[in-house]
Parts: sequence; structure tokens; C-alpha cells
Amino acid sequence: MYYLYRKFKNILFLAFLISCAFIVLSPLFMVSQYVFMKGASSLNWDFFTALPKPVGEVGGGMVHAILGTLYMVSIGGILAIPLGIISGIYLSEFSRGALANVLRYSIDMMTGVPSIVVGIFAYLVIVVPFKSFSAVAGGVALAIIILPIVARSTEEILKLVPNHIREAGLALGLPRWKVIIYILLKGSRSGIITGVILAISRAAGETAPLLFTAFGSMYISFKPNEPMASLPVQIYNYAISPYTDWQRQAWAGSFLLIVMVLGVNLGVRFYLNRQEFYKFFKRKKN
Amino acid sequence: MAVKAMKNKTSTFKGINLNPLFSFLGLDKHGPKDFWFVLFMKSVAIFTIASLTLFIVLMVLHSFPAIEEFGLNFITSKKWNPVQDRFGALAFIYGTSLTSFLAVLIAAPLSVGVALFINEICSDKWGKFLSIFVEMIAAIPSIVFGLWALFYLAPFVKDSLAPFLKTYLGFLPIFKGPSFGIGILTASLILAVMIIPTIASISREVFRSVPTIQKEAALALGATRAEMMYMAIFKPSFSGVMGAIVLGLGRALGETMAVAMVIGNSAKISASLFSPGATMASIIANEYAEADSDLHLASMIYIGLILFMITLIVNALSRIIVWNFNRKKGMKK
Repeated sequence: MYYLYRKFKNILFLAFLISCAFIVLSPLFMVSQYVFMKGASSLNWDFFTALPKPVGEVGGGMVHAILGTLYMVSIGGILAIPLGIISGIYLSEFSRGALANVLRYSIDMMTGVPSIVVGIFAYLVIVVPFKSFSAVAGGVALAIIILPIVARSTEEILKLVPNHIREAGLALGLPRWKVIIYILLKGSRSGIITGVILAISRAAGETAPLLFTAFGSMYISFKPNEPMASLPVQIYNYAISPYTDWQRQAWAGSFLLIVMVLGVNLGVRFYLNRQEFYKFFKRKKN
Repeated sequence: MAVKAMKNKTSTFKGINLNPLFSFLGLDKHGPKDFWFVLFMKSVAIFTIASLTLFIVLMVLHSFPAIEEFGLNFITSKKWNPVQDRFGALAFIYGTSLTSFLAVLIAAPLSVGVALFINEICSDKWGKFLSIFVEMIAAIPSIVFGLWALFYLAPFVKDSLAPFLKTYLGFLPIFKGPSFGIGILTASLILAVMIIPTIASISREVFRSVPTIQKEAALALGATRAEMMYMAIFKPSFSGVMGAIVLGLGRALGETMAVAMVIGNSAKISASLFSPGATMASIIANEYAEADSDLHLASMIYIGLILFMITLIVNALSRIIVWNFNRKKGMKK
């Protein structure tokens, strides 16, 4: 009897685990299905080429926001990628010493900072002294998001390089910097680039740091000292607006965002695990 | 005038002895060929650290008007009135803690379940496949989750979940009152979805560190699969799972956009989960750009500072728990 009870419990538990998997995955599918359905149907050529129409008129697009996102992500990338890679190298290659420890804590801290607080940082550093919302402030905010991710991934990748390779280089009489640049960085290039791409795709989807740094605008602008629109902020503004046409465009915007982010993520995963993907779709040979 | 930092050789710059400075920076430990490189690396590292320090100092500085005006009463006062310039953060601290707590309550068992499912029940192949999907959830931008929650989850809560809870659990004060769909419950649900991948992936790492022998031993003694998972996997790695959950909590505390879109943003404390509320992050997202008085702005930076401190403490806590877990594991071997 007791045995039956235990068996019953076992089955119940396994059922619980399976339902967990279903419940966890269902939001992902519901979100993507919903966004794909609503977003794809509201995409049109105007969305990519037109500026927003005045309130009340139907139509218009988000070209300014798409360009703005590209612009600010580039600023963030230019600021953060070199810093992140160098910090990552420092953490991995000069990992002992007080400075490395402090740097590690700082990077950890930056990873944990809520994105809205990142926005406050950038606001205080750029917007307050220059007295205007600006694209640079948005770029700086995105840089703070990108930096710790790049540093972390670079450190992890470089730690994978076996020590004897470093020693081989040093034994040949190369100075440290040549070993690092010509052997370590060159060898783990693809891993580092992957980290950078993931960090950028993460930054492109961030809204909170841009709300009060780049603020948003309704025009195409390339001036770094003026407010600039971005895709996530535009989606946010449209989503909470009462106009159906703006809500439609918000869906189209999220469709674009999700296709980009998921595409980049899946692409990178596919590229890194090519062998395993092929194995997955191959039949087992016994 | 090349500066050379050889050992036992005095480096001078315009007659100033630089050796103490170099040894302070640790530059004398490296060969002469690496002098500039190490100097460059160190200065970049110092720049990164200095900029973070600058951010924190600026935040304290700019929140100073609010700190001066309200002091620690800020945390215990629930009055948030921009018109009268009276500010208190209690309602937001309450909202943040409540939504995060509920989110963790919902997400923790699900994440542990899915971690066990992927590790123990799925074949290797399907496990990897599923784990990619779980991690995909973390990649979706929070604004997209917010949009979905606003147009899909909120109506669902209003029309299905809230009436259901009211009929069966309506006697509890937390399920009383009308539901508009937008409120604390919806925010907690979307937060739970967003922190599941964090908890699940760290739990998986933790479970993977359980030696196979231990599992086989449990099975050999006649344990069912469920008992094996509980005794041989879950119990020994409990503290690691706790670390994962605390890390998930840290994520939940700082999450902004999805919550700001569905929580309703009212600075009120009410017992009902259906009522709208506000979190620290959501109030900053909503009011920061429109703040007109200096005190209002300073109060919001003050809230940001509190949020920053809380997430810092929570993240450090999770790190300590996981670190302790790893150390214990090392000692057992």
C-alpha cells in the first residue's frame, strides 16, 4: 500500500515538473505569437520610411526612432566596448592585486544596477551640466549597460584560454602586451565579438535609461546635443497613448525589436553551437 | 625624455622621483617592455572604477536637498504630494517589496521545477533545446513584456483571474475590492515571468554540480525518481537554490518598464492585490522627466539611491550565499 502511495507521489511530482515546463514556456510563446500576429499585420512600408503624423491622423512611421536607436547604440558601443574589453582583459590577465579586485566589484555592481538608476546616472552626468536632454546622454546610459556585459564575457572567454599558451608566448620572449593582443585576443576573437553583439542587442531593447536622458522627439535628428527618439521609448509612449493607430505602431515597433533581439540571440547561439545543432537534426546512429 | 621603469633604477620626470608612484601603482612588477601597456591598462581600470564612484557621489550630492529636508522620515512617510512638495517613499518601498516578493513566490517553484525537468527528465538533446527557450525569455526586452502585459495579461486578470480568486478566496483581504486589470497582481505576474530564466539557469548550474554517484545511490536504495530528486539533488543544493532565488529577487526589485506599464502608478498603500500601486522604479520612470520642483527631483534621486542600495545589498547577499555553497561543496570533496 505504502509502495503504491510512493509511486503515486512520484507520478504526481513528475506531472508537476512537466507542467512547470509548460507554464514557464507558455508566456514566451504567447508573447511572441501575440507580437508576431499584431506586429506583422501592422508593419508597412511607411513604418520604416515615414515620420509620425500629427495626433489624430492615421499613418506615419517610426523612421526617426529606428535611426535614433542606431545612433545612440553606436555612441554607447563606441564608449563602452573598448572600456569593457580592456576591463575584461585586466580582470582575466592581471587578476591578482587590489586594483583588479576593486574593478571586479565595480563591474559586479554595474551589472546589478537597475536600468532606471542607470538613467539617473547618465542624467546627472550629462543632462544636468548641459541643461538639455541629449542623444549623448542616452548613449552614455547605454554605455553603462553595455560595459559590464562586455567586460564579463571577455573575462570569461579569456579565462578559457589554457595557461600554457600564455607561457609559450612569454617563453618565446614576447612582452605581455604582444601575448595578449596577438595571441589571446586573436584566438578568442569570435567569443569576444559574440559577447559584444549580445550586449548591444540587450542595450538596443532598453527603455528605462533613455526615458529622461534622450527623452524622445518626433523628428529625424543627428545632433548629439538634442533630444532624440529611440524605438523602445517610442513604443512606450505609443503604448500608453489612447490612440488605436499609435498602439498599432507600438506593436509594429515591438515586432521589429523582438525580431532583432531574438534573431541576434538565436543567430549567435546557432553560430557558437553549430555542431550541436547539426547533431540535433540528425538521427542517432547506433 | 622617455620614462623608464627598470628595477633598481630611478625614474625621474623633470627632476621628480617617480619610483614611489610606480611601486604604488604596481608598475614595477612588470618588465620594461610592458611599462606603457600596463600603465594604459591600469588607467583604464581606474577610469572605470572612478566613473562608477563618480555616479554614486553625484547621486548622493543631487539627492542631498531631499535628504536634508526629510532625512530618514522619507522612508517611513507615505505622503507623496508634488503639489505641496511633501515627499515620502513608503508607498513605493511597499510596492516594490510586495511585487518582488509575490513574483519570487510565483517564480521560485516554477523555476526549480523547470530546472529539474531539464536536468533530470529530458534527454540531453531536448534539455539543451528547452534551456535555449527558457533563456530566450531573458532576451525579450522588458518593454515588449510590458506591452503584452498591458494588452493581454491585464484583461486576462480582470476578466478571468480576479473573478476566480474572488469567488474562491474572496474572504482574504488581499483579494477584496474591484479589479481593473491593472494593479499589483498583474505587475507581480509579469515580474515572475521575467525572473524565471535567472532563477532557472542558476538552479540548473547548482543541480548539475551534484555528483552522479549521489543520485545513483539514492536510486539504488530504492528511492523513486521524485524522492531521488528531493533527497539527492534538491536538499544538498538548497542553499545554492536560495542564492539563485535571491538573485532573482534582485532582478525583480530593479525591473522598471514592464511594471511601470501595468501597475497603475498610484502612491497608495492598500491591502488588496487588485488595487493599483507604484514601485520605486515605476515612479521614477513616470515622473522624472516631468518633475518641476527641485525637491521633487531630489526626492526621486533619493528613491533611486535607496533602490540602488537595496539591489546592491540583495546582490551581495546572493553572492555570499552562492559562495558559501561552493565553499561547502569544496570542503566535502
